Amino acid sequence: MARRHVSTRVNGEPVEFLCEPHQTLLDVLRDELQLTGTKEGCGTGDCGACSVMLDGRLICSCLALAAEVEGAEVRTVEGIASGNELHPLQRHFLEEAALQCGICTPGFLVAAKALLDGNPDPTEREVRFALAGNLCRCTGYDKIIRAVLDSAAELRGEA
Amino acid sequence: MATAEVDQQKKFKWIGTRPVRPDGLDKVRGRANYGADHALPGMIWGKVLRSPHAHARIVSIDTSKAEAMEGVHAVITAADLPEILSEESKIGEGPTNFRDLSHNVIAREKALYHGHAVAAVAATTSAIAQQALEAIQVEYEVLPHVLEGDDAQAPDAPILHDDLFTKGVEPRPTRPSNVASRTEMGRGDAEAGLAKADHVITRSFRTKAVHQGYIEPHAVVATLGEDGRATVWASSQGHFMIRAYCAKLLGMDQSQIKVIPAEIGGGFGGKTTVYLEPLAIALSGKAGRPVKMVMSREEVFRATGPASATRIELRMGCTKDGKLTGAHARLEYEAGAFPGSPVGAAVMTLFAPYDIDGCLAEGYDIVVNKCKVAAYRAPGAPMAAYAVETVVDELAEKCGIDPIEFRLQNASREGTQSAFGPKFKRIGNIETLEAAKAHPHYSAPLGPNQGRGVASGFWFNGGMQSSATVQVADDGTICVVSGNPDIGGSRASLAMMAAEEFGIDVKLVDPQIADTSVVGFSDLTGGSRVTFATGMAVVDACRDVIRQLRERAASIWGIEVDAVKWSDGAARATNGDAGLEPLSLRDIALKAARTGGPISGRASLTARGVGMAFAVHICDVEVDPETGKVDVVRYTTVQDAGRAIHPSYVEGQMQGGAAQGIGWALNEEYIYDADGKMENPGFLDYRMPVASDLPMIDTVIVEVPNPTHPYGVRGVGEVPIVPPIPAVVNAVHAATGVRITELPLSPPRVLAAMDARRN
Amino acid sequence: MNGSGYEAPRTVEETVTLLQQANGAARVLAGGTDLLAQMKMGMTSPALLIDVKKIPELASIEQTADGGFRIGAAVCGAALAEHAALVAAWPGIVEAARLIGSEQIQGRASLGGNLCNGSPAADSVPALIAAGATCTIAGPGGTRSVAVEDVITAPGKTCLATGELVVDFRLPPRPDGSDARAAKAGDAYLRMIPRSEMDIAIVGAGVSLTLDEAGVCTAARVGLGAVAATPLRVDAAAAALIGTTLDDAALAAAGEAASAAARPIDDKRGTIAYRKQVAGVLTRRAAKIALARAGGNG
Repeated sequence: MARRHVSTRVNGEPVEFLCEPHQTLLDVLRDELQLTGTKEGCGTGDCGACSVMLDGRLICSCLALAAEVEGAEVRTVEGIASGNELHPLQRHFLEEAALQCGICTPGFLVAAKALLDGNPDPTEREVRFALAGNLCRCTGYDKIIRAVLDSAAELRGEA
Repeated sequence: MATAEVDQQKKFKWIGTRPVRPDGLDKVRGRANYGADHALPGMIWGKVLRSPHAHARIVSIDTSKAEAMEGVHAVITAADLPEILSEESKIGEGPTNFRDLSHNVIAREKALYHGHAVAAVAATTSAIAQQALEAIQVEYEVLPHVLEGDDAQAPDAPILHDDLFTKGVEPRPTRPSNVASRTEMGRGDAEAGLAKADHVITRSFRTKAVHQGYIEPHAVVATLGEDGRATVWASSQGHFMIRAYCAKLLGMDQSQIKVIPAEIGGGFGGKTTVYLEPLAIALSGKAGRPVKMVMSREEVFRATGPASATRIELRMGCTKDGKLTGAHARLEYEAGAFPGSPVGAAVMTLFAPYDIDGCLAEGYDIVVNKCKVAAYRAPGAPMAAYAVETVVDELAEKCGIDPIEFRLQNASREGTQSAFGPKFKRIGNIETLEAAKAHPHYSAPLGPNQGRGVASGFWFNGGMQSSATVQVADDGTICVVSGNPDIGGSRASLAMMAAEEFGIDVKLVDPQIADTSVVGFSDLTGGSRVTFATGMAVVDACRDVIRQLRERAASIWGIEVDAVKWSDGAARATNGDAGLEPLSLRDIALKAARTGGPISGRASLTARGVGMAFAVHICDVEVDPETGKVDVVRYTTVQDAGRAIHPSYVEGQMQGGAAQGIGWALNEEYIYDADGKMENPGFLDYRMPVASDLPMIDTVIVEVPNPTHPYGVRGVGEVPIVPPIPAVVNAVHAATGVRITELPLSPPRVLAAMDARRN
Repeated sequence: MNGSGYEAPRTVEETVTLLQQANGAARVLAGGTDLLAQMKMGMTSPALLIDVKKIPELASIEQTADGGFRIGAAVCGAALAEHAALVAAWPGIVEAARLIGSEQIQGRASLGGNLCNGSPAADSVPALIAAGATCTIAGPGGTRSVAVEDVITAPGKTCLATGELVVDFRLPPRPDGSDARAAKAGDAYLRMIPRSEMDIAIVGAGVSLTLDEAGVCTAARVGLGAVAATPLRVDAAAAALIGTTLDDAALAAAGEAASAAARPIDDKRGTIAYRKQVAGVLTRRAAKIALARAGGNG
């Protein structure tokens, strides 16, 4: 099967790549575009380490074909900060020790940003359910949930 | 030697604060490089062919078709690796025999479990590598297999290893067995103690294999040149372990292998051995290209090392006023396909929280046709604690004594003769129990269908070997170089100890983890040892530098070095020599070229004086009476950390260990079909806790400083996984009246137990 | 045979042609959350994936002239929840669809995919069965309408012939509740999983009810998942509710009927006894929620 040419936008920049027809978006991000911030923990949509935004929706990039993003807008963890200014989520994750090994962190940041973009004032329960697709094995989630809630408060201007 | 007495009253500038970790920025920006993130020009992809049988003789392997495929650069089998003689490793976590390790990395005569590696290929793409695997023809003679420890001990059980004779029994057996060894440990007379008891509880417990569940699959990139020199990029809990193991398995010198540590995406003991690394080096040598190998999640489950499945028979007795008098345990731990379960550690830890007149624990290490177990956080202890702590709960109930009070009455303390050998030194068993008892959680009201459980836990913690160097730049900033992968914030704690030693801002300290060619040998990141032991090495190296700084200041001032002290980031003349302004680190560093050259210090040591750790957990559950579903609704962990260098990361260890233990208690298990194939090799059906499964996990850090560590550190990483299983199970008992002696407490099992009680 | 490996047609007709030409070697790719995971696990390796998300009829939701709904087969779960009228009329269907996987999965997973994957445990299917939903199937011979409960024929198998695909789901109109004296309706879906999220149902139960102005149930449908080789419509459980005010005796009878109808297997996710027992519990609980949503005395 011939490789396909795909034109898309990643983190606001126009990007073109060639991919195998059944190659996942995750593999293309990592292996073709060197955007290795998006991680593979399972390859079957069960851990959320590969979370990205595709046309404004949160998805697992392991469960999307690269061929599908023709003409689309992809955003990854590398696009969360504004230049050198960290997003409040990134800052709170650092300040509140919401990461230990850090492998799940990119996926959590992308998913948490998707949550807060749609719901600026979530309850603890809402945060827990919204992030249930992101596995973390180090933290017991406590500090992650607090960091997300504190980021939300800051974004609302309450902190 | 870092043997400074702990000044308990001393006010610290950095110790106990919560600075942002120095490696954090790259991790929140997606720039940190983990095992699978490395790539090299010309790199090709390696994949492993795995046995579809739980037990089979490998009659022949025909790789010719795979080798002939376009894009395939190398195919290897066990024949491409040297035969390794039986030899026990001196390093690593838990007993490792190099011949077994070699056979686990790639099967030689027999495949011993479903998923056992039998061949490997390297090709230009992973798709071609996959097709090449399918072109390899392996002829198997399928053998009868045995999956359960009980069945493996039957007289007619299939024997995994014809040369395995049970160690530790007299007379030496004449027939091979699946029981690799018997060990025992105890103090006093267990049977006499039990005979004295008013209440004796006898229970049998079963637990299933569980996986560490690190989110990052094993990954490696390796090159092996024509000159016989290899470079390996890999994530692991110890790059020196990878170097030593690969050298042994491939017949190379350690000086021929350089291992560069990647960031590690979780390990919990599971990355304390090698799987892909020797294969990647061998494939690279044959292909003449760099080879990258990354396990799928399915491979991680099927072919790496989970924790043992166990069966434990326990008898414990106490007087009617609640004094533990005797205990006897028989522990059978499955090792998987090769000997080496952590049953030895289980036998040692089992009764450690208690001062019992007479106790005896017998441990059996049993091989079965399943993947070889590996270390998992306090290896062997959580299953043993499940047995002991639920029986203690039952004895307390029989005596009508509050379960924490019962534990306090029987608690081991400084001077208590442990069952595993030494008398306890300064330990925080009593202090953690008291703190748990005083916590508001312990007396908070409960709702309908809710119950509260408590449990204690103990872990030895590790010392072992560590190295560090400390370099002073000419602007007075510091680079701290050590050899232990940072799995959860250790760079931060090492930098903080260095900043404390020098009396400078922690931001001026750059902690780096160096490859095997740069820093001295360092044992694994494991055994809760890095902040303790590598911390000692860093402190020693800092003090080596401070001694030199004082010498430089003395020579600048023209006074005796004994008249110079180091405090608050500067050399100061102690005799009040008139006009001698203190010389800061920066002042001295600037003059280094003219006062003797660059300033650096080093330390390599075997850390002694490990501080043992105790923890108490309080768990509230709510049980749905109609479905048997258990929800953890409140959870508190109390733990003696000695001294918390960076409290956030100590809390993180406590919370993470609790979450893993809760998962182990409620839902996690390896499920096998009758053919020995794991039925749930993915995160969908291997059910680790998700965020919505857990409440906030409250933490209480108790600080009973370890007197032999310069900052009082005890290891903190492992003990938090010891109490959760019994804490949850005791809470379920409190909520429902049922005591469940088999894990996990999945809804069908809990509902069946509740129904049995109701009828 | 199309050798491209991936096509994204814009019309149903093109899709049918591609499916016919592939003669069984193609798979329809909607959200891909089952299909791509199965490909990753080596369980299937279709030569051609036909992405149907760019076909307008499959990617849209609309209220029909009769007051019912037409839901495109490839609309993702998150989009269902954003459609306020659908959520108001059929909260049980939306909550069932929303239970599938994580927020990430919800960005992709569709009703069409959930149905055509053929799993007996598919969460949206019992809710759709309870709702009396039909689906429109297009193929070489034109289109046909099939009740949702007739689509899955065995685990992993559907009634779709080669060349056919599901285009949309049709939901009947609901009494809108604007008149306090008129009939009202409600639906609900519950599932049992060992965790709180991210699991496959051990048991799923969907209930849809209509109440008259006196609060008496005039119509009911019950769907069960994960308790047989296919999702079930359980008329006996519905019959136990019709004509009652869903008092405790009626709920208990419906639960017993659901347990009796369940014909589950023992597997890694649950036991026969457990599934039968919990099928009754969840049917009862789902009926109470549906009752409350219909404004009854739940």
